[in-house]
Amino acid sequence: MCIHHTVHASYRNMKMLAVMFKILLFIGSLVSYTAAMAAQAEDDFVSGLTQLTQSDFDVKEQAIKQLAETDDERVGKVLPAMLSGSLYYVKADKTIVYIKKTDDGYALTSVLENTSLGVVSKRKIKKITVNNKLRKQLSGLIAQRGMTHHDPAVRLASVKNMISQLSQADRENIQTQLGKEQHKDVIAALNVALAMLDAEHTDKQKQLAAVKLLAESNYPESRNLLKEILIQAKAADDTTLINQVSMSLEKIQVRAERYQTIETVFFGVSLGSVLLLAAIGLAITFGVMGVINMAHGELMMIGAYTTYVVQLLMPNHIEWSLLVAIPSAFVVAGLFGVAIERGVIRFLYGRPLETLLATFGISLILQQLVRSVFSPLNRAVITPDWMSGSWQINALLSLTYNRLYIIVFSLLVFVGLLMILKKTSLGLHVRAVSQNRTMARAMGIRTEWVDAMTFGLGSGIAGIAGVALSQLTNVGPNLGQSYIIDSFMVVVFGGVGNLWGTLVAAMSLGIANKFMEPWVGAVLAKIFILVFIILFIQKRPRGLFPQKGRAAEN
Amino acid sequence: MSFTHELIKLVQQDRVGKYLLSSLLAVSIMVPVLNLLVPESSSLHVSTYVVTLLGKYLCYALLAIALDLVWGYGGILSLGHGVFFALGGYAMGMYLMRQVGDRGVYGNPELPDFMVFLDWQELPWYWLGFDQFWFSALMIILVPGLLAFIFGWLAFRSRVTGVYLSIITQALTFAFMLAFFRNEMGFGGNNGLTDFKDILGFDIQHGGTRNVLFVVSALALAVGYLLCRYIVNSKFGRVVVAIRDAEDRTRFIGYKVESYKLWLFVISAMMAGIAGALYVPQVGIINPGEFSPLNSIELVVWVAVGGRGTLYGAIVGALLVNFAKTFFTGALPEVWLFALGGLFVVVTLFLPQGLVGLYQQTREKYLARRAV
Repeated sequence: MCIHHTVHASYRNMKMLAVMFKILLFIGSLVSYTAAMAAQAEDDFVSGLTQLTQSDFDVKEQAIKQLAETDDERVGKVLPAMLSGSLYYVKADKTIVYIKKTDDGYALTSVLENTSLGVVSKRKIKKITVNNKLRKQLSGLIAQRGMTHHDPAVRLASVKNMISQLSQADRENIQTQLGKEQHKDVIAALNVALAMLDAEHTDKQKQLAAVKLLAESNYPESRNLLKEILIQAKAADDTTLINQVSMSLEKIQVRAERYQTIETVFFGVSLGSVLLLAAIGLAITFGVMGVINMAHGELMMIGAYTTYVVQLLMPNHIEWSLLVAIPSAFVVAGLFGVAIERGVIRFLYGRPLETLLATFGISLILQQLVRSVFSPLNRAVITPDWMSGSWQINALLSLTYNRLYIIVFSLLVFVGLLMILKKTSLGLHVRAVSQNRTMARAMGIRTEWVDAMTFGLGSGIAGIAGVALSQLTNVGPNLGQSYIIDSFMVVVFGGVGNLWGTLVAAMSLGIANKFMEPWVGAVLAKIFILVFIILFIQKRPRGLFPQKGRAAEN
Repeated sequence: MSFTHELIKLVQQDRVGKYLLSSLLAVSIMVPVLNLLVPESSSLHVSTYVVTLLGKYLCYALLAIALDLVWGYGGILSLGHGVFFALGGYAMGMYLMRQVGDRGVYGNPELPDFMVFLDWQELPWYWLGFDQFWFSALMIILVPGLLAFIFGWLAFRSRVTGVYLSIITQALTFAFMLAFFRNEMGFGGNNGLTDFKDILGFDIQHGGTRNVLFVVSALALAVGYLLCRYIVNSKFGRVVVAIRDAEDRTRFIGYKVESYKLWLFVISAMMAGIAGALYVPQVGIINPGEFSPLNSIELVVWVAVGGRGTLYGAIVGALLVNFAKTFFTGALPEVWLFALGGLFVVVTLFLPQGLVGLYQQTREKYLARRAV
């Protein structure tokens, strides 16, 4: 029993060993097999690449096919390069290279090793030419590779690309992909592509269904296709089809108009935000203190130049420069503001027209200062990467990030300022002084100090506005002048001394401007706005939201 | 007879005005004589360039007294008086443009060069009549006057005052600038109107014409001054000053404040228009830059520097500041804006009555000391 047991055990052990051996063998063969496969793939890639140097287009076609089948990472770069005509080979040793034109010749990069091979003259290299057939093959393959990419964004982009040059040959490809695809945006795009193919189907039912489906598509291509089908249907006098196509087109039209409106409102709000940023500091100095600060625009200019200097100081951290620039601009412009208030304006309280002249003089001095220190030319302020680009909502609607950020930023500044005025002791003092200066002083408020701080606050906010403007317009000595009249218009329109009025005025003027622009052009739109405000002031001399009570007396 | 009588009385009462008018007379005789009769080799010779420059200054001075009339006496700070000056200038420019005839680059007898360039087929309706001098002269006065009337009628009736008025006048001139920059407006767009050939048949480049224009400018300034002096000395002028000092009280007494302000504004705008019309043939160009709000504010500085509410102060300010501008922009261009800006600040802080006020104060002090 015991022996039997041992024998049995050893037999079992042997069996296990055999299994393990088999597994090892399998793994070994697998390794060698994959190694062989890899070597095979590498060989295929190299030989495919070598064949590209042949002049025979049929050979090239085969070579491209072979390359695509290798599934090599490098194929993803070779095919587009070939399509765009930047794939060359060196005449001497037939090395395949990517080229890049430089000032003194062509910089070569090896396709196989991805290493730089120096700069040579045009005579040493020869282009790998393609004809139309190859071009079609290449773009098809690129699209196919793109659609099997692991990143859904790449897949979506390649489907979009396919939609822009759709042909019946793509049908099979789309259908296979639809079976595998998980991401809903890509599925939707594929369905549009399929519907566009079906829309030209000979089967009436299928065609009608496809046309109906295309009503939901936002792609300009599908709209154009529908228009073509409409012409054909009219020629064929096919009433059902005409009706269906017109219905789909109308749906698209309605949607397009709605997106257009959304976009215009967005542009308007973003222009309004710029106006708000520019005017809000003025709303403090003009509205609360009754000081007409013609140098307000120049304080914005100082903010913009501060951004420029900050970027000069931190060239390796441009991404973060704006975050540093905002507080710096606030401080720099605020200090200038306090200096202006202490140096000039405090002698002129109660004489608004004279502050207007004096601050205009200051604005000239500041402009010339910037001209002398920096130069009369515009300075280049860099836009960080996270500010550029746009938010693609669908094929018809995309919102640029810089405008989005400006809107958010200006609202933050607005809320911040409102909080300062409503919740802090400085705000309380400011409001007290603006309502009744003598009484405030009698209650122990240091009105002089409050004046300086208020003016500094308004100026600092102008500086912050300058940071935002540096991302939108040219930073030059005239930056301030181009905004000063607009800012005054906003404050006067909204009602002096009322921050909410400034908000409403800025937004409504911005939106009105953008809605008028497509009708009459940018310049006329602006003229109309100015004329409107001039007339509006006649009707309501104290703006949209006039101050009430005693504060309004003078 | 009674008119001459009044005129003599007016001048006799105005001590500074006497000096001013007689020096204007002297200059308008001396300068052409020194330019035309004294040989170029002489050190006393005045070049045609200087004659034109002085003529330009005189136009500015006329513009300055127009502003002083509304600001110094009426208390209406217009930050857009340049709009009337420029409109008068454009009206004159249109006349000069039509006088070019077929001597333009494109040789079109009807259309000015820029219209041919823009491929226009016929003259816009608002250019009709500008080939006649009398019509143009009428427009030089009527167009700025009408604009001032409409604007003032709206603004004064709804009691827009002080800062608000200043800001909307600025908006007005800004709107005009934007409009005139447009090619579609038919006023030459960005380039404006230029390349004039002759005025009333006389070559505009000729030295003699320049001298005549200079003398006419001096004459216009003298007449403008006398007119303003007459206005401010009249009952109308006294009411206007009352409005400046206490608008509500004047209204309660029973004066129609709006009408007084309106007519003052209209007269001032017409004078500014004439100044612009005399300015254009001398500098040889008018473009939308003349509407720029900056120009209008600079004009306010001339008056502030000279001293507002005196009329002659405005003339002194206009001449001095512009002389300084010519000097600085030629010799030290970087310093000019510093100097102008500093001038604004210094004058508003320390010289609320301007240079004339400073002179009067010193003089009074001196007289008081002598009396002791």
